[in-house]
Amino acid sequence: MPFLALDRVGKSFGPNTAVEEFSLDVAQGEFISFLGPSGCGKTTTLQMIAGFLDPSHGTIQLEGKNLVAVPPAKRGLGIVFQSYALFPHMTAAENVAFGLEMRKISRSEREERVRAALALVGLAGYESRHPRRMSGGQQQRVALARALVIRPSVLLLDEPLSNLDARLREDMQIELRQIQRNLGTTTILVTHDQIEAMSLSDRIVVMSKGRIEQIGTPQEVYEQPASAFVAQFLGKTNEFAATVDCTAGPAKLVAGSWSAPASVGVSGTVTVSIRPERISFGDTGLAGRITSRIFQGNHWLFQCDTECGPAIVIRQNDGQPQPEQGTAVHLTWQATDMSLRAGTAPT
Amino acid sequence: MSATIATDTSDARAGVTLALPALMLFTGVVVIPLVMTVMLSFHDWGQYKGIEPVFILKNWIEIFDDPYYAEMFWRTFRVAVFATVITAVLGVPEAYILNRMRGPWKSLFLLVIIGPLLISVVARTLGWALLFGGNNGLANKLLMSSGLIDSPVRFMFTETGMIIALAHAMMPFMVLAVWTALQRLDPQVENAALSLGAGSLTVVRRIVLPQIMPGVLSGAIIVFSLSASAFATPAIIGGRRLKVAATLAYDEFLNTLNWPLGAAVAVLLLIALVLIVVGSNALIERRYQEMFR
Repeated sequence: MPFLALDRVGKSFGPNTAVEEFSLDVAQGEFISFLGPSGCGKTTTLQMIAGFLDPSHGTIQLEGKNLVAVPPAKRGLGIVFQSYALFPHMTAAENVAFGLEMRKISRSEREERVRAALALVGLAGYESRHPRRMSGGQQQRVALARALVIRPSVLLLDEPLSNLDARLREDMQIELRQIQRNLGTTTILVTHDQIEAMSLSDRIVVMSKGRIEQIGTPQEVYEQPASAFVAQFLGKTNEFAATVDCTAGPAKLVAGSWSAPASVGVSGTVTVSIRPERISFGDTGLAGRITSRIFQGNHWLFQCDTECGPAIVIRQNDGQPQPEQGTAVHLTWQATDMSLRAGTAPT
Repeated sequence: MSATIATDTSDARAGVTLALPALMLFTGVVVIPLVMTVMLSFHDWGQYKGIEPVFILKNWIEIFDDPYYAEMFWRTFRVAVFATVITAVLGVPEAYILNRMRGPWKSLFLLVIIGPLLISVVARTLGWALLFGGNNGLANKLLMSSGLIDSPVRFMFTETGMIIALAHAMMPFMVLAVWTALQRLDPQVENAALSLGAGSLTVVRRIVLPQIMPGVLSGAIIVFSLSASAFATPAIIGGRRLKVAATLAYDEFLNTLNWPLGAAVAVLLLIALVLIVVGSNALIERRYQEMFR
């Protein structure tokens, strides 16, 4: 039995559908990310799990019990809000202690657990500070401690790192993952940042326009995107249209003067997609010309004009000389690095 | 470097020049009359000799000696305190509900709340006088038919009536002050408290109320100072005999024609209000400085 189960959950606001047919089983201790652009329904789904919104249809079960009928105050979930939503009139320790107070936990145990929770997030010694006098990162940690101290069955994180600067965000990602691993708390993270989703999660739920596009491990959704949307939303990708030519001998993929052996079972028009880091420059392959070359420290980013349209190529900065701007090149890749989808890519 | 300094000084000079018209207006219509009123309060006055421009403490000694004046000032502040408490007790929930309304209802009820401000004070108070109107007034009939009271309550020419009418007149100031504070609240904060296991009453008491308290207190300061210096409402509801500081000063000026005594009453009221307002403001700022750093 799954720990947390969402079954065909949907939410509409009047005529607008925010989420439809959302089904997901979460195992205990799992770290799940809802990933998608703004307005894709990921926060709405999280709010339905939290109980701030009632689903229009579908069921949500936690450990086999129906969660929809339970008011948010009784669900026992820990939530970290995008704005942190700390209580500004309380000190850090009072903020963290609030949930324990509501659970009528004795003063001595409360103090012990608050101290432990603040130490866990690296804020020992900040007990008597007010939120307004803390940095964004520190406020974020207080919010996390406040959510964790009640030992929630599920931890819900609503874009918790989006207000932090890039450097701090990376540190917090690592720390968040460590804390989650150590405590084993089942966690759901809502984010629009694909790097964050990939580096933190066991599984990613990619969403678009209220629908689930794909559920899978970070590698799966990156390497085998189920739709054009997933391919384009997670990392950069090159896509071009090709046709399968079965007229002479073994089936071939053809796009302009480029061709490659086609795998069995494809026919008609297909979309070929290749990640930019899997492409290398060779003597044969898709012909093109480098239109710009950008140095980005650990790698080079090339923009190429090919006969199938523009393409981007990423090459590791391994000390080897790289082609100059304006050079005619051929783009090559392994057949296994290329994924095919029926139909033409919407551009 | 020298160029910056030159700009700075010319900026400062421009600032003074630009502020000059407003400064002159302020001096002309506020500072000078105020100074003249203070000076007037030290002048002598007699039934037959009129005002004599000498410096004596007669008026001030009379105010502090005669219990008649003490009673009047106590009444003024008692009425203002009760009116303030009523506006706070009714206005805070009103603002909270208003803040949770949406769409057309919100603007409609906001209009209802600020409605009293759109009507002249005198017309509004006369309306209350009609409602109160003796034993057969609408208010008494309603209360008696609903069984809340057995015998009619006197509203006209009582402090009760004065407080009710003042509280109604001052309600918009309280609601608007609290509403402004509510709008600064992070809407997620209430959800956060809910998710931590707090009931909705606990959320209001422990989370919302402490955060909007500065708004409530600043609303209370406005309502208190306006109530304590109110003239029209006490004059109409309180009548000639139930006087407060403002109506007392008015009577001294226009009926007794004892201007120096009226001036002393007015100046004392001003000083008392300024002390109360400045003092409570300082207290509030000290109390809530952690929150608003």
